[in-house]
Amino acid sequence: MKKDIPWLAPVLLIGILLFVWEGAVELFSIPLYVLPSPLQVLRALAKELPVLSLHGGVTVAEALAGMAVSMVLAAALGILMDCFPLVRRGLYPVLVVTQTVPMIVMAPILIIYMGFGIGPKILTVVLMCFFPVAVSFSDGLAQVDEEYVNLVRSYGAGRFQAYRLVKIPAAVPSLLSGLKVAATYSISGAVVGEWIGATQGLGYYLLRVKNSYMLDRVFACVAVIILLSLAMNGLIRLYQYLAFPYMRRKM
Amino acid sequence: MKLEVRELTFAYGQKTILKDLEFRVEEGEFVSILGPSGRGKSTILKLLTGVVRPEKGEILIDGQRTEGSSGRFAYMPQNDLLFPWKTVLDNVCLYGRIHGSLKDMRREAAAHLAEFGLAGYEDCYPSRLSGGMRQRAAFLRTALCRADIFLLDEPFGALDVITRGEMQDWLLDMRKKLNWTVVLVTHDMDEAIYLSDRILILNHCPARITGEIVIDEKQRDRQWLYGQGDLRREIYERIMDHVDIK
Repeated sequence: MKKDIPWLAPVLLIGILLFVWEGAVELFSIPLYVLPSPLQVLRALAKELPVLSLHGGVTVAEALAGMAVSMVLAAALGILMDCFPLVRRGLYPVLVVTQTVPMIVMAPILIIYMGFGIGPKILTVVLMCFFPVAVSFSDGLAQVDEEYVNLVRSYGAGRFQAYRLVKIPAAVPSLLSGLKVAATYSISGAVVGEWIGATQGLGYYLLRVKNSYMLDRVFACVAVIILLSLAMNGLIRLYQYLAFPYMRRKM
Repeated sequence: MKLEVRELTFAYGQKTILKDLEFRVEEGEFVSILGPSGRGKSTILKLLTGVVRPEKGEILIDGQRTEGSSGRFAYMPQNDLLFPWKTVLDNVCLYGRIHGSLKDMRREAAAHLAEFGLAGYEDCYPSRLSGGMRQRAAFLRTALCRADIFLLDEPFGALDVITRGEMQDWLLDMRKKLNWTVVLVTHDMDEAIYLSDRILILNHCPARITGEIVIDEKQRDRQWLYGQGDLRREIYERIMDHVDIK
């Protein structure tokens, strides 16, 4: 019987693409400042690893801080919107509209208000991550089967207890899906914030090497951003696996 | 008189669901409310537990008027409504968690697990249980409420026929042992005949009790149930007499 390995197809496809890319750069002698070959990128990555880790650390710290702020804000707002339908009706459309403002426009404005420190970077992450978390959590709360709430109310639970015992735990899977999306965005959010004005971080590094036409390092940095974004997503998955054993079969 | 309902009236918006509903339940009695779907059977239980409030009418327990969530009723919904994120033991101790007596209740629950066919499953999540086991867990959760009247809302409606039969046998047995006072809401005629001391027929819209049938049989089993053809016919005719044909 043929055994199906789920990761085989994507890995094979990426391998073929990299091979064709490498071959094309060699064959047509494409210069580095136009398109570096995968091997050149790999060499740059190895050489720049200490510098990249330094900047990467800063970006990850900003992303984590932004995620934490987003989660607290989204949880609070989600519960508020669920408790008071008027708040939900008023706020939900505003939330959607905020997501349509391009972050590349918002970031410079934030720098005007908050300076060049870590603040505007965290806020950029929050602006990108808050929305998926808040929306999925408040939708999760809204979709909780009313019968569960009736049951605990009939057992004598108050409104606060009904939230603690039923609504919030029942909405946790939705919250986690929102967090997974947000975690994937978080690194990019921090990079955008750094791109506009910073003295450290992957966004700053990216801008510097791009301006020097060191495209192998640009690509190496992008590879690091991809890996870190995936790692952030993995972090949430790990948290879900460890903290919510009842969901394990669904993962 | 354990439970007495007087002139209970309830409306959803403009639509009156129940009008001047009256019935009584004795201590230790098993009463079924039988009627077609959509006649407000579940609403009666919601009114008793205080989840919704009546427009008019009184609910008396042991002669005392109660209002809102009195804590005297142990409500068991049609779906087991076990929390998927809690283990079986934590699920059945819900009442203890709400009322701050979790420790004692865990001890009490552990002592009852075998009786409810759940021994060895206390640390499992509900997704691991079969339909019948989930329903028994929901029963244990209900039984652990410090309440004296059980309200069962089509408790076996979601089960397959075989499991339903097993669960009915089990409930009949438990009831004999524990002498519960029960109000069961169902549209399953056999279930009502098999389990009840008395059947109240609910009909019309707005709904009221249109008939009452006393079943005075102490030694019941499936064989006895299969011989109740006349009773089935009588109940069926009594229901159909009152079904409004539009």
